[in-house]
Amino acid sequence: MKTPLVLAVIALFYLLHQDWWHWPVARPLAFGFLPVGLWYHALYTIAAALLMAALVRWCWPAGLEREK
Amino acid sequence: MIPALFVLAYLAIVLYIGIFAFRRSRGQSEDFFLAGRSLGPWVFLLSLFGSHMTAFAILGSSGHAFNFGIVTYGLMASSSALVVPLCLLFLGTRLWSAGKRFGLITPVQIFRDRWECGHIGTLIFCLQAALLVPYIVIGVMGGGTTLSVLSGGLIPFWLGGLLVALVVMSYVFFGGMRGTAWVNTFQTVLFLGFGAVAVTLISQGMGGFTAVTQRLLDNPRTASLLTRENFSLTTFLGYTFNPLSAIAFPHIAIFCLTARKVTQFKRTVVFYPLCLLLIWLPCVYLGVAANQATDVPAIAAKIEAKAATGRPVPGDDVMLQLLGRYAPVWVAGLLGAGIMAAVMASDSQILALSTMFTEDIFAFYGGKERFGETAQIATGRLFVVLVTAFAYFTALNAKVAIFDLAVQYAFAGFAAMSPLFVGALCWRGSTKWGALAATLFVAASTITLYLLPRGFTIAGFAPVVPMTLISAALVWGVSLLTPKPSAATIERYFPPASV
Repeated sequence: MKTPLVLAVIALFYLLHQDWWHWPVARPLAFGFLPVGLWYHALYTIAAALLMAALVRWCWPAGLEREK
Repeated sequence: MIPALFVLAYLAIVLYIGIFAFRRSRGQSEDFFLAGRSLGPWVFLLSLFGSHMTAFAILGSSGHAFNFGIVTYGLMASSSALVVPLCLLFLGTRLWSAGKRFGLITPVQIFRDRWECGHIGTLIFCLQAALLVPYIVIGVMGGGTTLSVLSGGLIPFWLGGLLVALVVMSYVFFGGMRGTAWVNTFQTVLFLGFGAVAVTLISQGMGGFTAVTQRLLDNPRTASLLTRENFSLTTFLGYTFNPLSAIAFPHIAIFCLTARKVTQFKRTVVFYPLCLLLIWLPCVYLGVAANQATDVPAIAAKIEAKAATGRPVPGDDVMLQLLGRYAPVWVAGLLGAGIMAAVMASDSQILALSTMFTEDIFAFYGGKERFGETAQIATGRLFVVLVTAFAYFTALNAKVAIFDLAVQYAFAGFAAMSPLFVGALCWRGSTKWGALAATLFVAASTITLYLLPRGFTIAGFAPVVPMTLISAALVWGVSLLTPKPSAATIERYFPPASV
């Protein structure tokens, strides 16, 4: 159950990277100067860090530590 | 000239760090090439990140954004924020484990051990070495460009590149992996700090963030740079394959073996995306903003050339030109040193090539047995000198922009090699024949890529996409049809308890 769920979350993240809905527009501007296409991907980067924290917490390859 | 003096002082500091590391060395090959597998969590994170970020990250990204706009960030930074940590988490930890358990130092040694092969490993070494050279060339080019621009042309490109090449060669020669890791840690702290300071100072100099963006939006020539309307979605999608190259880069794979404990990957995996954000967001924004810097003669000339030809222009120096114009002299010097810190990541690549040559060729073909460990390290050092000299003379004649050089050859080739790592570390059924088929295909397709016109695509996708998919299909398909390694080897790599 865990592996398909992890794969589905990673696939969803991959899809979210292709933000075609922002493609031809610059507005709204975050903080009055960051175009939405740049702002979205900056937030995406932060979300990726949170995803990694979750993967490290729940999907850490613990077997590698035991094998030492 | 004053900013260039700061950079020269910085070069002296990193040289000292390398020589200091030399005094800590124990004269063993594992100590020289892997720092005795002793790197702590923060040094591991910062040095691994620093070795991945090169001139490409600061000079290449801002130059690309100058020409193509904000799309640059999504193309390379946010896609890397997802793909690179995943590679480190699921492949890097397995590389570390195999290296630690079986006393292996290079990816080729792991392939040879895992697939019970000899000369196929040599072939993989040749391909990895050939693909890594363009990446080393990027570092030398970035060094030459930085010193030349910061000194106002007093230090010519050839001399700047030579100085950087000599300093890098010296601290790698003496300090080995320990010196390289320490220098990379220092450099990463410096260039992570660079981004925020640079974007604030330069934007203030240009009238503030809001004014800069507004002027870009008001100008019909630059408004599209704040969108991605001139960039196709398929190309954007294809670029997400490039970060797969990270785990196949020899310098990153070898860095994975230097961690003291596997748990040290945890911090690296989580913080990697945030480090990317800190360095890429300011560089991309400033690259786009440079289109408003018409009061900088060098940039004004580029803007004119872009408008006249409708084609991209060389933009690797726009960040340096902005610094020279808008930052106070002493700050420009410090920031120039920050740029140089990123540019000089070629150190770990030179060391990786040297490590691979001495372990995968010299030791494998009996050199270590015949001449001893001291001769092996001496051979590694000689190789450092030869590779640096070759990279320097190639950089003097390179006509391609840093971003293009990286994307077209190094990223595409190494991304297409990533299925070898997945096969070796995650799939019991992979065989040396599958690896051989994929390696030959990657070599042939990279040569073809070199011969094709730049910007060549297949069904709208950059070559990296079909190259990676076909390479993966070859590892899988050929492995299914060919005999497996012995059961004992498979059991060693995939013990019943492993996850």
